[in-house]
Amino acid sequence: MKNFTYFRPTTPEQAVTLLEARWGNTEMLAGGTDLLSLQKQYVAQPGRVVSLNGIAGLQTVVVGERSATLGAGVTLARIADHADLRRLFPALTAAAGDIGGPQIRNMGTLGGNLCQRNRCWYFRDEHSPCLLRGGQRCSAIEGENKYHAIFTANHRCVLASPSTLATGLIALGASAEILGPQNRRRTVELAKFFFAPTGPTEREHTLAANELMTSVTIPVRGLTNAAYEVRQRQSSDWPIVQVAVAFSGGRNGEKATGVKIVLSHVAPTPVIAEAAARAVDNRIITDATATAAGRAAVEGAKPLTQNGYKVRLVEVAVKRALMIAAGLPRYWEA
Amino acid sequence: MHDHETLESGPSRRDFLQETGAVVAATALAGAATMESPAAELQPGTGGGIGPNAVKITLNVNGRDVQTSIEPRVTLLDALRNYLDVTGCKRVCDRATCGACTVMLDGKVVYACTVLAIEAQGRQIRTAESLYNDGKLDAVPAAFVRADAQQCGFCTPGFVVAMKAVLDANPQAAPAQVEKGLQGNICRCGTYEQMRDAIYALCNTKRGN
Repeated sequence: MKNFTYFRPTTPEQAVTLLEARWGNTEMLAGGTDLLSLQKQYVAQPGRVVSLNGIAGLQTVVVGERSATLGAGVTLARIADHADLRRLFPALTAAAGDIGGPQIRNMGTLGGNLCQRNRCWYFRDEHSPCLLRGGQRCSAIEGENKYHAIFTANHRCVLASPSTLATGLIALGASAEILGPQNRRRTVELAKFFFAPTGPTEREHTLAANELMTSVTIPVRGLTNAAYEVRQRQSSDWPIVQVAVAFSGGRNGEKATGVKIVLSHVAPTPVIAEAAARAVDNRIITDATATAAGRAAVEGAKPLTQNGYKVRLVEVAVKRALMIAAGLPRYWEA
Repeated sequence: MHDHETLESGPSRRDFLQETGAVVAATALAGAATMESPAAELQPGTGGGIGPNAVKITLNVNGRDVQTSIEPRVTLLDALRNYLDVTGCKRVCDRATCGACTVMLDGKVVYACTVLAIEAQGRQIRTAESLYNDGKLDAVPAAFVRADAQQCGFCTPGFVVAMKAVLDANPQAAPAQVEKGLQGNICRCGTYEQMRDAIYALCNTKRGN
């Protein structure tokens, strides 16, 4: 790891003054589970590290009647174990409880999960050509790509979006509060937060290098919601495919309305699957309608040389996420 | 180095595990290495930068405050092993995956390889060495010994600390809950079956098939 100068601000405003307008020389440190690995690989080589762990107030969780606000520094373990959040937002808390293992969940934070770098092994190998590290080409397109994107049309970099909390949060209509220079505050819907990068000056999200995510707010609307992941290992890894769904009603023979279906780990950003949502919107969720939604979810998929299998996984994951949310029998659990 | 000395006396592996705890506990925290001098004092909250040269830090390791001098990039794992001679936590993957470096910070398990030592100040750091006190082995490592739940033993301190953390937080934990607490640890020798025996013994539960 390249050595650096360490900063430990105590307020969000002070932290922002320590950031720079361009990515690269200054990195923010929260749980460290992503940044330290990137530094050890020399993929990240910051000369300055700004720790967010001395800032009081980034770790609060407030659940109100109309919305819940979670500080960006709240750990994954706290999200997974929070009784009110579990009751209101199982799509979020189930995903949080499935991340890594206990150590990762005790260290990793909400903000870090949303802003983590992607898992492409070419990106994380300092010796491989990679567009995101200033290379001329993407090594994954013709290389080892079994875990990469399957929605690849118009993408020069085929990373798979890594955040498992984004999926549920987007389905639930959450927004992030962001603090920039001169105390400029903005709110961005997480549905519009993510970005497909193509070069070293860009990241997987639209946070500017001199901005700090301070919190995430989830509206409390009584939505039925759930998430489903397909995993190769039960722990210590990212899912291969993940789906989150949210809608009004949709249980006990009632029609589902306002359906949102979000896919992750299948494209450079989380995908809002509108055709899939239309397939079940204003309908009763059954095995048949959930199956139809799964089929609609993969319309337009263009898998790479090794990941055609993920298309089928998305179909099934959409179906199962809808069935879990609707309270239907989990036929896949023996 | 302590491991080496103990091995030369030729004990069984079981004795070795028990004695290692004693030797380490006796000498681990005796000396704190200094890398560079003079070291700047760390003053959190000033907004000023610290490093990149070595800075003095104070860590509370197994109930004792110890001082050393490290660069900001030094991880808690490397500070414990290479600067403070607390070698129970092991460096294996060094990428927050295998769990051999597991320690408790304020009672919660973390990967010491992925925490900066400078950030562990003011927190209670607890390592496998804390499970051997006054000649008495804690119930968790003792259960490992009885169940022969280790082969090469390199992952064992991490597993023991992770298991201890679950049982400290919930002494009534069921075997399945203890196992969930070990999700972040890997044993390359595959001694999981014996570890399961140890877990069931600790939970006073008879193991079925």
